[in-house]
Amino acid sequence: MLRLENVRKTFLYKNAKGKESTKVAVDNMNLRIDDGEIFGLLGPNGAGKTTIIKMLTMLSRPTKGNIYYGKLNTRNDAQAIKKLIGVVPQHINFDQDLTVGENMQLHGRLHHMPRKDREQCISEMLRYVELSERVNDSVRALSGGMKRRLLIVRALMHKPSILFLDEPTVALDPQVRRRIWDLIRKMHKAGVTIVLTTHYIEEAEALCDRVAIINKGKLIALDTPKALQEKIGSYAVEWDKENGEREFKIFHSKEQAKAFANNLSQQNILRRRSNLEDVFVELTGRKVNS
Amino acid sequence: MLKHRMIKFILSRMVAPILYLVAFGWGLGRSINTGSGSYLDFLVPGILALNSMNIAFNSLSPLHGERVYHKSIEEYFTAPINPLSFVIGKILAAILRGMISSAIIIVLAYLFGANFMITPLFLLVLILNCAIFAEIGFYAAMTIDSYEDMGRFNTYILMPMSFLCGTFFSPDKLPKLFYYFIHALPLTHTSLLLREIGRGAPPELLSVLVLLLYTAVCFWLCARVTKKAQQ
Ligand SMILES: Nc1ncnc2c1ncn2[C@@H]1O[C@H](COP(=O)(O)OP(=O)(O)OP(=O)(O)O)[C@@H](O)[C@H]1O
Ligand SMILES: [Mg+2]
Repeated sequence: MLRLENVRKTFLYKNAKGKESTKVAVDNMNLRIDDGEIFGLLGPNGAGKTTIIKMLTMLSRPTKGNIYYGKLNTRNDAQAIKKLIGVVPQHINFDQDLTVGENMQLHGRLHHMPRKDREQCISEMLRYVELSERVNDSVRALSGGMKRRLLIVRALMHKPSILFLDEPTVALDPQVRRRIWDLIRKMHKAGVTIVLTTHYIEEAEALCDRVAIINKGKLIALDTPKALQEKIGSYAVEWDKENGEREFKIFHSKEQAKAFANNLSQQNILRRRSNLEDVFVELTGRKVNS
Repeated sequence: MLKHRMIKFILSRMVAPILYLVAFGWGLGRSINTGSGSYLDFLVPGILALNSMNIAFNSLSPLHGERVYHKSIEEYFTAPINPLSFVIGKILAAILRGMISSAIIIVLAYLFGANFMITPLFLLVLILNCAIFAEIGFYAAMTIDSYEDMGRFNTYILMPMSFLCGTFFSPDKLPKLFYYFIHALPLTHTSLLLREIGRGAPPELLSVLVLLLYTAVCFWLCARVTKKAQQ
């Protein structure tokens, strides 16, 4: 079990005039992530998702508060925790001077994997993401999507029990995205706890047992995708505004939605089920994907 | 792939020191009278000192990119390894490069007809010099934010040192204040020690102590900055 207790992260930054001020990136965050779940962090750009992942993976330290892995505290038990976790960063962070295979080897060595395991695991993983032929190519020579696939299997090499993925499928084509989802589900079936951040609502809907919606460093909602959607209302009506923008309203009953739609005089009226994106827009007042 | 890169790196960084050796030692040096022995013999220890400094320091400059741009350093920081082994690994690799390039200079110097002795202490001094500047390079790479500032460190600190720290001429002739300043810098002690040991004179043990002190203090700084970077 993973617990955040009153976690706060602030950054010092200088503005153009050289005056220092503090920016609150994560504010008083309390969360509990259970063993074996797929947990999603959803939020617009700059919400604080990466900052949270970095604190969870000990790449940065909370300004205040504590993070526990069971009884282990990130402040005191870093080495023990690092054995449990796998990290897929938002930023592609291969060693640019090494080949695909060498980057994997490096990871295996850093995690103290015996040579035989390493070799076997690397060929298995590369085959899974269809990069076997590229094993001796420089990582610079891979396409963006290939790099991302490699990034994910690299994090899985040492069989972590908690896997963190910061925007794992950004910039991937739909087939590859689905393959990555399958891989994540497979890991989940094998008992791995998964914590992921995403911009893609459908990703959160397709994968996550529970979703935390974060805005401006604050947790604003936390539940299963279905419960979140039911909480705001299951029925939506959409229409075109005069200025061409799309507008929508959520209702708790089908009848209310129908009545509202019938009284609208605008163009292109559409009635549909509400979804996680509606929840997101309702709660944050912004669209994530646009 | 790595080996290939290492050779390219060493050779490209050695062009300048080899040119110094040829131009000032072998060319110009034959007409300079130092009072005791040839200028080439005087110069070789200086070139060894400045070359190993440059190679060791610059072996760590890619670490800056690994930290700031590629972020590949995160791979090390999320792995269950002791932060100290990261520091030690980087520094040992830099020492190895520094010593390989020193071997090349030594061979060339003998080919040009220089006379100097290599003793275990001579090698130890070279290793300490590599270690100190590898550590300074490490510290710089972990703290400096922009790539340009890394370059400035080379231009404004290493470059002047490579000319002034007893490498091309004896610091005894400098004005008093400058003399003391130059003697606070590790490269001066390396040059002086290599020169004394090379010509068979008894080494100044105080200088060895200064180098050891620098090695230890810089290592401590590297360890500290690495631990802090993981917070
Ligand atoms: N090193 C830093 N120094 C100063 N401010 C920072 C730093 N890292 C993050 N921030 C600020 O903290 C806030 C949260 O950033 P973070 O990267 O966590 O957002 P995010 O939710 O991951 O966004 P995105 O979806 O764009 O990846 C932002 O306002 C950002 O500018
Ligand atoms: Mg992010």
